[in-house]
Amino acid sequence: MITTSPPVALPRRFVRRGADWFLRIREASIILVTIGLVIYFQASTPVFLTEGNLITISHYVAPVAIIAAGQVLLLVSGEIDLSVGHVYALAPYLMHFAIDYYGVPVLPAIAIAIAVGACIGLVNGLITVVLRVPSFVTTLGMLFLISGITLMTSHAYPTPIPEKARSVASWLGAAPWAEITWALIIVAVFQILLSGTRWGLHTVAVGGNQHGASEAGVRVNRVKIGNFMIVSSLGALTGILESFYVNSIEPLAGGANIMFAAVAAAVIGGTALAGGSGTIVGALFGAIVLGVLKDGFNLIGINADRFDLILGIAILAAMVLNVYLARLRTGGRT
Amino acid sequence: MTEVLRVEHLAKSFDAIVALRDVTMHLDRGEVLGLIGDNGAGKSTLIKILCGFHRPDSGRILLEGEEASFRSVSHARSLGIDTVYQDLALVDELSVYHNMFLNRELIRWPVLRNRAMRRMAKQHLDDMGVNIPDVRVKVARLSGGQRQAIAVARSIYSAPKILLLDEPLAAMGAKEGALILDLIRDLKARGDVSIVIIAHNYAQVLDVCDRVNLLQHGAITFDRPTAETSLDELTDLVVAEYRNSRIPKQIPTA
Repeated sequence: MITTSPPVALPRRFVRRGADWFLRIREASIILVTIGLVIYFQASTPVFLTEGNLITISHYVAPVAIIAAGQVLLLVSGEIDLSVGHVYALAPYLMHFAIDYYGVPVLPAIAIAIAVGACIGLVNGLITVVLRVPSFVTTLGMLFLISGITLMTSHAYPTPIPEKARSVASWLGAAPWAEITWALIIVAVFQILLSGTRWGLHTVAVGGNQHGASEAGVRVNRVKIGNFMIVSSLGALTGILESFYVNSIEPLAGGANIMFAAVAAAVIGGTALAGGSGTIVGALFGAIVLGVLKDGFNLIGINADRFDLILGIAILAAMVLNVYLARLRTGGRT
Repeated sequence: MTEVLRVEHLAKSFDAIVALRDVTMHLDRGEVLGLIGDNGAGKSTLIKILCGFHRPDSGRILLEGEEASFRSVSHARSLGIDTVYQDLALVDELSVYHNMFLNRELIRWPVLRNRAMRRMAKQHLDDMGVNIPDVRVKVARLSGGQRQAIAVARSIYSAPKILLLDEPLAAMGAKEGALILDLIRDLKARGDVSIVIIAHNYAQVLDVCDRVNLLQHGAITFDRPTAETSLDELTDLVVAEYRNSRIPKQIPTA
C-alpha cells in the first residue's frame, strides 16, 4: 500500500484539510497578517515584544477595538455611525460637568455620560429609520453638532480629571492593562451578542435582507436603533476610559480619526460595509493590525507621514484579500 | 363548511395609487383557494394585509367569525396565519435552520439554542420530504427550488390555520414546481389548514385548488369552484381585460 501511493500524499491531504478548515474561519486572513507583522517587527527591533511596548500597543488597540465592536454591529445591520468619535470627546466633559458642577457622585456621573451617548445614538437611529435619512448623512450632521456642543461647553479648553474621580481612575483606564482588559471583555461580550443571540441573528437578517426580515416579522427599526445606541454608548465609554488614561479631558480627543480607525479595523477584520456579515473578533484583530503598524513604524523610525500611505494600502489589500477569500470559501466546497 | 376567514370591503391605497378598492372574500376550513389576476391587480397587497404586514385603510377582517386587527406579522402568526412571500423572505447570509427559525428562535436566555433548532429543522424538512443535506449551509448556496421548499417548510412549521402562498410556483422548474404542488396536496390531505394561493399558471390552479377568485382592479370579480370552470374560461376572463382596455395592447403569449 505504502509503495503504491506517493509518500507525500498523506501529509499533503492533511495540510489541505487544515488549510480548508483555517480558510473557513472568517478571521483567518487577518490573523495571518497580524502574526506576519509581529514576526517582522520583532525581527527588525528587539524591543518590540517587551512589556513596555506591548502596553503602548494595547493603548493604540483598545479604544479602536471597543468602538469597532459597536460599529461592526451597526455595519452588519446595514448602517454606519460617523459621529461616534465626537461622542467620545463629549462624554468625559459630561462626566466632568456632572461631578464638578452638579455634585453628582462619580459612578452615576459616568453612567449619565454613557446614557447621553445612548440618547445620541437613539436620535441618530430615529432620524435614519423614521425620517429615512441615510445614516451616512444623519451621523455626518450629528458629527458636527456634537463637536459644536463639546467646543462650546468646554470653551475649547482641556480640563483635568475631576479630583473625586481619582479613586476609580486606575480600573477605568489609568492602570497599564485596564483599557485593553475592558476592550477584550467588550469584544467577547459583543461577539457573543452578534453570533449567539437573537439580537445578533436579527442584526444579520436586517443587514442581509431588510425587506425579507421585516416580512418575517423582525422589527427592523428596533434592531437598527438599538445598534446605533450601542455604538454611541461604547463611544462615550471609550472617551471616558481614554481620558483617565491620558489623565486629562481634551476637546479635540477622538473625533473623526478614531471613528475612521474603528471603521477601518472593522473592514480589515472582514466586516462587509454593505451589511449582512461581520465579526467583532475580526475587528479586534483589525485594530491590532493598525496598532502594530503604528507602533512598529515608530520603533523602526519610519516617517509618521508615511503611515497613512501604508494604512491605505493595508485597507485596500485587506479588502481584496477578503473578496478573494470569500470566493474561495463559497467556491463549491461545502 | 365553516368559514375560517372572511374579509369585507377591504380597501388600501399607497399615496395616490389605489391597490385595493373593495375586496370581499371568504375562505372555508380545509379549502384551497386560488387567487388569480393580472399584474398590479392587488393580489400581493391583499396577501400582505391578511398576514399583518400592511394595515387596511378600511374594511374588516373576520377570523373564525370574530373581528380581527393584526398589529404585526408576528401577531397574525400568533393567531394562526402564516405566509410564504413572493420573494421568500429568506436571508442569504443565514443558515437554513436560522432562516427556518427566523423570528421564532428557540432561546435559552440569553443565547440561541442552535443545536435544538438544527435538530428540529432537519427533522421537519425530512418529514416534508425536502432533501437538504446539511441545515447549517447558508441559504445563498441553495437552488431556487430548495429555497422555495424552505420558505414553505418554515411557514407550516407552527401548524398554521391559514397559509398564504404568494406565487409559490413562480420561477420554478417543472420538477421543483411539482415538489411544491405535492407539498400543498399533502397539506390539503391533512385537512386542518386552509390555503390561499396566488398563481399565474391557471392549469396548476385548477389542479390543486377547490375554488378560484379573480381579482381585477382591486376587487374580486369572479368566484367559482374549480369544478365549475375551465382553463379556457379563466384565460378568457383575464385576456378580456386586455381587449376591453382603452389602450390596445399586444396580447402576450403564455
